[in-house]
Amino acid sequence: MSPPLLGVEEEGQSNISVGASSASLDCLSQTGSGLKERNYLGLSDCSSVDSSTVSSLSEGNKDGLNLKATELRLGLPGFQSPERDSELCFLSSAKLDEKPLFPLLPSKEGVSSSPQKTVISGNKRGFSDTMDGFSETKNAVFTEGNWMFNANGADSETQQSAGQGKFPVNSGINVILSTRPTPNSGVKAFSVNEHSGPQTAMMKELPSKPLQGQPRATTATNLGHMKSSNNSSSAPAAKAQVVGWPPIRSFRKNSLATTSKNNDEVDGKPGSSALFVKVSMDGAPYLRKVDLRTYSAYQELSSALEKMFSCFTIGQCGSHGASGRELSESKLRDLLHGSEYVLTYEDKDGDWMLVGDVPWEMFIESCKRLKIMKSSDAIGLAPRAVEKSRNRN
Amino acid sequence: MAYSFPVEVLEHIFSFIDSDNDRNAVSLVCKSWYEIERWCRRKIFIGNCYAVTPRIMIRRFPELRSVSLKGKPHFADFNLVPEGWGGYVDPWVLAMGRAYPFLEELRLKRMVVSDEALEMVSKSFKNFKVLVLSSCEGFTTDGLASIAANCRNLRELDLRESDVEDLGGNWLSCFPESCTSLVSLNISCLGSDWSLQSLSALERLVGRSPNLRRLRLNRAVPLDKLANLLRRAPQLVELGTGTFSSELRPDVFSNLSGAFSGCKELKALSGFWDAVPSHLPAVYTICSGLTSLNLSDANIQSSDLVKLISECQNLQRLWVFDYIEDSGLEALAESCKNLQELRVFPSDPYAMEPNVTLTEQGLVAVSEGCPKLESVLYFCRQFTNNALFTIAKNRPNLTRFRLCIIEPRTPDYITLEPLDAGFGAIVQNCKELRRLSLSGLLTDRVFEHIGTHAKKLEMLSIAFAGDSDLGLYHVLSGCKSLRKLEIRDCPFGDKALLANAAKLETMRSLWMSSCLVSFEACKLLGQKMPRLNVEVIDERGPPDSRPESYPVEKLYIYRSVAGPRLDMPAFVWTMDEELALRLS
Repeated sequence: MSPPLLGVEEEGQSNISVGASSASLDCLSQTGSGLKERNYLGLSDCSSVDSSTVSSLSEGNKDGLNLKATELRLGLPGFQSPERDSELCFLSSAKLDEKPLFPLLPSKEGVSSSPQKTVISGNKRGFSDTMDGFSETKNAVFTEGNWMFNANGADSETQQSAGQGKFPVNSGINVILSTRPTPNSGVKAFSVNEHSGPQTAMMKELPSKPLQGQPRATTATNLGHMKSSNNSSSAPAAKAQVVGWPPIRSFRKNSLATTSKNNDEVDGKPGSSALFVKVSMDGAPYLRKVDLRTYSAYQELSSALEKMFSCFTIGQCGSHGASGRELSESKLRDLLHGSEYVLTYEDKDGDWMLVGDVPWEMFIESCKRLKIMKSSDAIGLAPRAVEKSRNRN
Repeated sequence: MAYSFPVEVLEHIFSFIDSDNDRNAVSLVCKSWYEIERWCRRKIFIGNCYAVTPRIMIRRFPELRSVSLKGKPHFADFNLVPEGWGGYVDPWVLAMGRAYPFLEELRLKRMVVSDEALEMVSKSFKNFKVLVLSSCEGFTTDGLASIAANCRNLRELDLRESDVEDLGGNWLSCFPESCTSLVSLNISCLGSDWSLQSLSALERLVGRSPNLRRLRLNRAVPLDKLANLLRRAPQLVELGTGTFSSELRPDVFSNLSGAFSGCKELKALSGFWDAVPSHLPAVYTICSGLTSLNLSDANIQSSDLVKLISECQNLQRLWVFDYIEDSGLEALAESCKNLQELRVFPSDPYAMEPNVTLTEQGLVAVSEGCPKLESVLYFCRQFTNNALFTIAKNRPNLTRFRLCIIEPRTPDYITLEPLDAGFGAIVQNCKELRRLSLSGLLTDRVFEHIGTHAKKLEMLSIAFAGDSDLGLYHVLSGCKSLRKLEIRDCPFGDKALLANAAKLETMRSLWMSSCLVSFEACKLLGQKMPRLNVEVIDERGPPDSRPESYPVEKLYIYRSVAGPRLDMPAFVWTMDEELALRLS
């Protein structure tokens, strides 16, 4: 059924057209004008987007908003698996006030309402402990600008979500756009960032870094602005770091340090910027880098590492099977807690120590590199670590 | 007709054709020219190591002598590409070791190189001459020891900005006494702690290399050793100093100054770690010959910088910290009329308040005073549309313009408007612009300008900009020459990407991170475009554990005739037909 190029289809399964076919250009230019003028600012427009989207699901027509014609549909028959349906039903009953988190996802989907539940059901990562912190942040961030989702999302969502199985991303995108007023001032610039906020929150949280009412960037997220929106909940003294911004090479950051000699393994200036250290694991084919400043306790670091290295323990590298991943995740946790592996670090003096013996702040100041070792290899480490810290204190 | 024209004559003619583009054109003329050309091509540049496989390269070009490869996407420089993503050179070295025994040159950028690979290089290629490892990682000085020990005719060893595990300088002693062929040695990225033994090994090496033209030292080389080195290599054209501070006693100073004045051919200076202003006059004697000055590792303040720079009337390239300030840039504009390239780096990028007075004024002054200025990289904290208008008007000959306003989404600080019009003026006036990096508050309008005017633009970097898919659409549909597009933290989603899928095959690569492209769209793209590798990079876990419409964390799309790669880590998925079916 599908043509070699993506073409605009009629049956309620429309795809984005590829290339410069006039139909698609028209749609896009009309879309473009719609986007430029931001017609869908405000509740009524938003709901019209949703409702027209919804109607197109059943009728497949291109009435009203041209956006529909360019909306992405899941075109493959039989794509929708039974468990997805049940997910949707489950999600549609989720609390409405959690919806604002993911304006990306059309609220009619019900998907946005409780991603954490989705994740938990589909993936046995330990998100539950992070979700509370997550809700806090979410509320802090989205007091402003996303209120419209609550109002319009609820009705259409519960009615249409079940059994539809379509995920028109566009309506989500449009909705995001409409939260943001025309940027024309420095002050407004803050609200401009809102659109990345939700994504920020979502993307940042899923790797299971608990919040301390003060979200920190772990991936390329616009943290600085999230922070400004969180001023009520926290007042950080130093500027929060966004990964990779400003775009300066690490070796350059090293020469900025006030100390004349700098540690090659550690990027950035102490005190305010990121602190990347390499993490290797016995038997793993490649090493990873973590930014120690994004964690504030050993537990956070430990769970992040569990996640990163889970695939190695069962040799599941490259495996895309969800069940395989779950298995290795929990198995690694068991292994780590059952002490088959221990986390060690190399300090400034070049000695290998067990992680966890010294206060966190002291640890990040002296840690040059991390290594996940087999317990059997790490036997000699414990006494020395304790001794060293005794000598220091 | 082709068959009546002797092959040898054609080969001889082709040997004068150097540029890759011309060679590619020659190979398309007819089948026999294709055949002749492929047998006599000696040099190849592969901009994306995953676009092709070693086997394909070897099959087509059996007689290469020089291979250049690039691995990770540019944003890897800023820690946006997780470790372990890929870019391994080992399979290439393995294959080339068998196929190209006469390989002479290997140039790698942003690739992961192991010590084993370096050892293999040193042993497989008897006539190996040039090794350039630019921003590479994964190897130690042990690998360098193999190179030093086994490459009898080594001419260039350039480790620029690579991340090398420095186990000390002993590897320098592995250069045999008979090795006298060195022309270029760049070890500036190595460590700052070397033994006296290593330092004397370095001295001896330099002393027995009469052809040495480019020497870039690492921080471990103290200032008092520099004079010795310079006296052994007065023929140097490029020098990177080591540490530029010490207890400067009068005799050390005059020794150094004398050594510098002996280097009459010096054109480029860099290094200057920990430079103390009182030591700088030691280089004054050679300043008038300098065309390139890199002070981006030196914490020298404005007035001392100005003193130094005003000695360098013939400067063409200057890299410096923002300590230079507006006043220093004004002085630069006065004294260096031949300036072609300016890079100003931030000395304290994470500070809340500016620590120096470096504003748009400085760049405007340089744009006014330096008629040959064509390449700019400028970090600052404020800018205005008017300043951009002025720069565009003054310098229509700009070819590379990268402006980084440190705080994302900063508007014109006077009018509080977005900087759309300013950048619009840049692309409109600077018709030869090949590279552009945007910053500040930007709406979709700027992309409309870019799509309309930036017809020669080859590389575009976008961060925290735009309002909607329209922005991306303008760029993909308008920029005819676009080869590399890298985007982070912009609200660009599925529509524009899918509507311009065909465009992606005309580009080398597209990087999008923290944008709004859904997993669903990635799958669709991967399915429909078999000659694109659509890589979803997501450290949160398999994309199918989240709803389809969730945006992916990072997306890297590149054209390839090699199909999906097989060395992906657990957090990278290539979207293709098979995967989509498996995941659905």
